[in-house]
Amino acid sequence: MTIAVKAMGLLVSFVARLVTGAQGHWKGCPPEALQRIYFANHQSHLDWVLIWAALPGDLRVRTRPIAARDYWTASKFKHWLTREVFHAVYVNRQRSDDQDPLEPLAEALEHGDSLVIFPEGTRSNKGEPQVFKSGLYHLAERFPAVQLIPVWIDNVQRVMPKGEVVPVPILCTATFGAPMQLQPDEDKREFLERARAAVLALRPAVT
Amino acid sequence: VNALRALTVEQQVGLLFVVLFGLLLAVTLVVALRSARTQHVEHSDTELRLLRDLRALWIGTVVFWLSWMSGPVGATLLFGVFSFLALREFITLAHTRRSDHRSLILAFFVVLPLQYVLVGLRSFDLFSVFIPVYVFLAIPVLSALAGDPQRFLERNAKIQWGITVCVFGLSHAPALLLLEFPDYAGRGAFLLFFLVIVTASAQIVQELASRRLRRRPVARHIDRSFSYRAWMSGAAAAALAGALLVWITPLRVWEAAGMGLVAGACGTLGEFVMRALKKDAGVRFWGNHPSVTGAVGLLDRVAPLCFAAPVFFHSARWYSGLTP
Repeated sequence: MTIAVKAMGLLVSFVARLVTGAQGHWKGCPPEALQRIYFANHQSHLDWVLIWAALPGDLRVRTRPIAARDYWTASKFKHWLTREVFHAVYVNRQRSDDQDPLEPLAEALEHGDSLVIFPEGTRSNKGEPQVFKSGLYHLAERFPAVQLIPVWIDNVQRVMPKGEVVPVPILCTATFGAPMQLQPDEDKREFLERARAAVLALRPAVT
Repeated sequence: VNALRALTVEQQVGLLFVVLFGLLLAVTLVVALRSARTQHVEHSDTELRLLRDLRALWIGTVVFWLSWMSGPVGATLLFGVFSFLALREFITLAHTRRSDHRSLILAFFVVLPLQYVLVGLRSFDLFSVFIPVYVFLAIPVLSALAGDPQRFLERNAKIQWGITVCVFGLSHAPALLLLEFPDYAGRGAFLLFFLVIVTASAQIVQELASRRLRRRPVARHIDRSFSYRAWMSGAAAAALAGALLVWITPLRVWEAAGMGLVAGACGTLGEFVMRALKKDAGVRFWGNHPSVTGAVGLLDRVAPLCFAAPVFFHSARWYSGLTP
C-alpha cells in the first residue's frame, strides 16, 4: 500500500466522520473479522463511505463495495480511488448474455473478502426500502458459510439530498443487525422479503 | 499574595493550571479509591452521573489549557471546532427538511467561520451584531428562495436558534480570552477561567441542592429536579465562587460576586432550556448512549457556556466602559 493510498483512505474517513459522525452501532453482532455480506438500505451516494468509515480499520481492508464499471473507471482518479482505496468489485451494468452479473462478486467471496451490497439496486428516498433484487438470494445460496448482516443507514439522505453537491454536517448512524441465513425450505421471494424486513427492523423508532 | 503579584502574567497563568490539574487529579483519585473500596460491579445512577460529570470536567480543563497554550489563533480555531460539532449535533436533532439545505450550508460553512474570524481579528463591534442582524436576515431570505413554504417559520426558527446558541453564544468564550481590559492585558485566560468556574459551581451546587431539598419541581415534564430554590442556591454558589476568585479579575469583590451570580444563573438556566429541547427531540441523554441520532453529547457539555458566555462578555464589557 503506497502512502498516497493510505493518506487518501485517512482523508476520506476523516471527512466522513467530520460530516456525519459515521457511528456504527453493532446491535446484532460484534465487529469481527469474519467473512460477511453486509446488505443495507440505499438512499445516497454516501452510503458506502458511511459503512466503510463505521467499520474498524482492520475490517475496512477486507470489506469491498460494488462499483459500476462504466462510471467508476471512467476517469483516472475515480478508477484509482475505487481500485486502490476501496478495493471495489467492478460489475457491468449492461447485462450480456454469456456472463453472470454476479460472477465478480462470487469471485471476491471465494477469495475470502467481505462485501457491502445495496440489494435495492438503486437509491430510494421514500423512507422505506424498495423490494430487494435477487442477487442477495443467489449469493446466500452459493455461499452458505458467509454471514449475512442487515444494516440500516440512518439520516444520510439529510446530509446530501438528491441534486445537491455540498454535504451538510448531520450525524448519521449505521446499525448492524444480527446475522441471518437462508433457511432450507425458503424460496427466493420469502427470503428477500425477510431480508428486507430485517433491514427495516433496525430503523430507529421515529419520535 | 504579594509573592503572587510579583510573578509575570505567564507564571501566574501557569500556576493556575498547575492548581487546577492538581485539584482534578485529587478528586479523580478520591472517586477511584472509593469505587475500588465498594465491592459491587454495578454502578448506581448517581455514581454513573458523577463519573460522567468528572469526565466532562477533565475534558473541559484540558480544552481550557489547550486554548491557553495555543494563543489567540489556536483558541479561536479550537472553539470554532466545538461550535461546528455542537451545531452539527443540534441540526441533527432539529429534523430539518430538504429545502433547508442551502440555509444549512450557509450556517456551517459561511456564518460559523466568519464569526470566528471576527473573534480572531478582535473586531468585537461587528462580532456582536453579525449574527443577530445580518445572519438573522440572510437565513430566511435564502430559505424563501428555496421555494418551500411548508413550516417556513418553524424551520427558520430552528436554524436561527441553533446558530445563535452554538455559534454566537459559544464564540463569546474565545472572545473573553481576547478581550483587552485596561491594565489587564494578556489575562483573558483568567476571565474565561472565572466564567467556567462560576458556571460549574452553579451547576454542581444546584444539582446537590435539588437532591437535598427535594422541592416540588417547577416544570416536571422537562426536568424532575429543577426548582427555584435549587436554582437560587446554584446562583448564590456562583456568586460566592466569583467573590472568592476576585483576585484573578480586574473587578472589585462585589462586582465579581455580581458577575458570578449572573453567569451562574444563566448557565444553569441554559442547561434547563437544553433539557427541554432534548425532551422535545425525544432524547434523554446526549451522552454516549446509542441514541436515535448517534449524537455524541457535546452540546450537553457546552450548553451552560453557550448561555453564560454572551451575558458575561457583554456585561463585563459594558460595565468596564468598553464601547459599546
